[in-house]
Amino acid sequence: MSTFDLSSSHSDSGRRSGDPRGRSGIRPRRRENTTITPQGTPNRRNTELAMLAFAVVLPIFAYANVGLAMDKKLPGGMLAYGAGMGTLALVAHLAMRRFAPYADPLLLPLGTLLNGLGLVMIWRLDKAGKLLRGNFPAAANQLMWSGLGIALFIGVIVLLKDHRILQRYTYISMAVALVLLAAPAFFPSRAEDFGAKIWIRFGSFSFQPGEFAKIILTVFFSGYLMVKRDALALASRRFMGLYLPRGRDLGPIIVVWLLSILILVFETDLGTSFLFFGLFVVMLYVATERTSWIVFGLLMSIGGAAVVATSEPHVKTRIDAWLDPMAAFAPKPPPGSTEQIGQTLMAFGSGGVTGSGLGQGRSWLIQFAAKSDFILGSFGEELGLTGMMAIFLLYALLVQRGLRTAVAARDPFGKLLAVGLSSAFALQVFVVAGGVTGLIPLTGMTMPFLAQGGSSVVANWALIALLLKISDSARRPSAEPTQATPS
Amino acid sequence: MNKPIRRVSIFCLVLILALLLRTNWVQGVQADAWASNTHNERNEYDRYAYPRGNIIVGGNPVTKSDFVNGLRYKYKRAWIDGPMYAPVTGYSSQAYKTSQLENLEDGILSGTDSRLFFRNTLDMLTGKQKQGGDVVTTINPKAQKAAFDGLGDKKGAAVALDPKTGAILALVSTPSYDPSTFAGGDPATDGKAWTALQNDPNKPMLNRALRETYPPGSTFKLVTATTAFENGMFQGPDDKTSTPDPYVLPGTKTELKNDSDTEPCQDATLRVAMEYSCNTVYGKIGADLGKDKLRAEAEKFGFNNDKIDTPIRAVPSYFPKNSTPDGTAMDAIGQHDTRATPLQMAMVASAIANNGTLMQPYLVDEERAANLTTISKHTEHQFSQPMKPETAQKLQQLMESVVQDGTGKKAQIDGVTVGGKTGTAQHGQDNSGLPFAWFVSYAKGAGGQQVAVAVVVEDGAASSNEISGGSIAAPIAKSVMQAVLSK
Repeated sequence: MSTFDLSSSHSDSGRRSGDPRGRSGIRPRRRENTTITPQGTPNRRNTELAMLAFAVVLPIFAYANVGLAMDKKLPGGMLAYGAGMGTLALVAHLAMRRFAPYADPLLLPLGTLLNGLGLVMIWRLDKAGKLLRGNFPAAANQLMWSGLGIALFIGVIVLLKDHRILQRYTYISMAVALVLLAAPAFFPSRAEDFGAKIWIRFGSFSFQPGEFAKIILTVFFSGYLMVKRDALALASRRFMGLYLPRGRDLGPIIVVWLLSILILVFETDLGTSFLFFGLFVVMLYVATERTSWIVFGLLMSIGGAAVVATSEPHVKTRIDAWLDPMAAFAPKPPPGSTEQIGQTLMAFGSGGVTGSGLGQGRSWLIQFAAKSDFILGSFGEELGLTGMMAIFLLYALLVQRGLRTAVAARDPFGKLLAVGLSSAFALQVFVVAGGVTGLIPLTGMTMPFLAQGGSSVVANWALIALLLKISDSARRPSAEPTQATPS
Repeated sequence: MNKPIRRVSIFCLVLILALLLRTNWVQGVQADAWASNTHNERNEYDRYAYPRGNIIVGGNPVTKSDFVNGLRYKYKRAWIDGPMYAPVTGYSSQAYKTSQLENLEDGILSGTDSRLFFRNTLDMLTGKQKQGGDVVTTINPKAQKAAFDGLGDKKGAAVALDPKTGAILALVSTPSYDPSTFAGGDPATDGKAWTALQNDPNKPMLNRALRETYPPGSTFKLVTATTAFENGMFQGPDDKTSTPDPYVLPGTKTELKNDSDTEPCQDATLRVAMEYSCNTVYGKIGADLGKDKLRAEAEKFGFNNDKIDTPIRAVPSYFPKNSTPDGTAMDAIGQHDTRATPLQMAMVASAIANNGTLMQPYLVDEERAANLTTISKHTEHQFSQPMKPETAQKLQQLMESVVQDGTGKKAQIDGVTVGGKTGTAQHGQDNSGLPFAWFVSYAKGAGGQQVAVAVVVEDGAASSNEISGGSIAAPIAKSVMQAVLSK
């Protein structure tokens, strides 16, 4: 095991002891074909541990900051919280050492940091008490879900011997994903869900299947496209400079397109619909390397969006609210309008560049969904522009590590799975943060790791675990020469 | 597959970049606009998040900030002698915003003024509690109390000015209100108090001294006499006029009469006509001068000016632009369309007392930071020169005769030169309402101390007798003048 090395910029797989090209900084051109020397490969677990310590300590400081700002004393639960988060992170790390020793060192610390910051902000909003309408303590619950998420993470790391096993479940995944996606349409939505039917409820227990469907559908797409990609890429007709697919290859694409529109219509869930279609187009493009699929996908999504936007009042309301976020403050607000977007923008503005400081803002003014969909508003107000930039960069780093895993992966299924999971994550971040900051119309999705929501945090930990498994297998030194994959 | 993966990776970076740009736009470029948005409740909470600065009268604050440590608001505004000073301070209410000085000087009082930026930053760095600055008024507490007590439970207003500087020494409006009753605390009682004040037929929240106009009645004869001298119609106070009694209004068969037939108004000198307040004499002078000359002179005094800011803006007093000759005759004696605020009539007396120079009336002498350093200080400046000094001397002779021998005897003060003019203004349909009793005066003490006062009492006169102004309003003016001069 090598010593802790901060210069990780080109250390991914090119930097291996005994490889002079790695030392001199010259990258191997086709990494997946590089012959790998089995002995002495740095596995970067110590780097991970150091960064993990940082990722645990930083939210503890944030926690202390909130307590000092709001109660003028250190919060009582600080040690318990620190110990809890620290233990969870340590157990995950130990599982990594044993079962995925060669995996990317950044993903686990990034997830831990975002999850920890989210917990602190939820706890801070818990402390707003009566100021936040319908407030009930959610931090303990969220901590429990985080624990479950990390448990699932460890489960995946330990039990999933190789990500390629998932390939066997391609069509089962499809069925499960369809059930998960369709299920919320059959459950009644509540008034406070703001029109979106994205929940499955059994009594007090509620579950957001879209978050899991995201992963399971990616598994299906990866398996399906790995098999079909040659047919899709090669058996096509050239028309006006574009390669058009054959009719029978088009079928599944049409199905996914229709599905995303059905989600939109029956569950009025703009975000999930956009996410799945975007995910599919991206994966199709990566699998076939045909730009025409992007054009095709864009045309289909624009067409679908146009039709739905004009026919669905819910979508139109969202777009109107995006165009004029302050309309809800008028003496006679338009029906279905909400103050949230305007309140969030005012929270961002009041935060300004440096923010009010943790615990010192008034983001409870956002009221409904302040801890979930709109939690970025609280971060924006209390940590300011600087904090928001840092958070976005953490997400960017997480996504880029995932995509790097895709580049490094040795098998096409792993590549597709990694690129799918990473871009789904990126799309979700964009859709949520773009909606909350007023860049695009708001859609009902949660900010991965930051926002309150059990399904979300558990699903995203599973997502990180899958990426790490792919990364581990990509970087694992293997005795037998690996099969070259066409790039 | 790596080429499309790298492209997807760039695409994901572009998504994050879009978020970074957007958050910079919202929290950087637009931040101030969102922060100061009228719907941003943070500004209301911030106003009471730390002690608000005080409004100072005669070296002592007439306001205070009570630490209430509420859920939303930490401090609550309170007033000392609230009803007496309400026309000066206005209110600063958690639920009903701010008014008058509390509104206009809010930047200083709440400490958000840009001129306090350096100090605020320093305080923030040294960890000192933020505190608003003070506003020092020109009000003389003794004069204010004399006017407030003099008006008692009558409905009316009084304004006292320092003719040499324009400083407002007293500003009283009755019936008044206590701003403390709806300053904050319990929304229910605040709302009740606020609604009661809003619905009170006596309009206690109306600042009658600045924000209400009355027909000035005979006090306007001072302006008419000034116009006559300035235009060379008469040379001295003892010039004889040729006035029939009764006087038939030009172009009509309506007879303009005086209060009683026994008054020596026929062909009276200007002095006698002023002493007895002969409507016939000044009505005829007005008609002879014509509307344009009268209006030009009135405007020099401040009539028809909608920007008389003390800084509390006074509503414009009015002298008509278009009128028939008979109308002008009535306008010249302060009836018909002529309307004036109490401040306006005090300005007329002030210009006469100050030898024809009218100083800009002002209420705020100094703005200062919490540590008593001066942020701004009022510099006295001339408002206008309504008349030549010689004319002012003649007007002073006329006004002093009124107090010596005429309708204003009740304003005499031993050892002090006092000039005054009574007025009893008819109003209502066919002059059916109880007349408004006016008294406009100035006093010059032995030490060169001067004061100009205007008092109006609504519905005060029991009869339309001219003596009403002298008997009801003059004693109030006298006590105010005494209060100022006894200093």
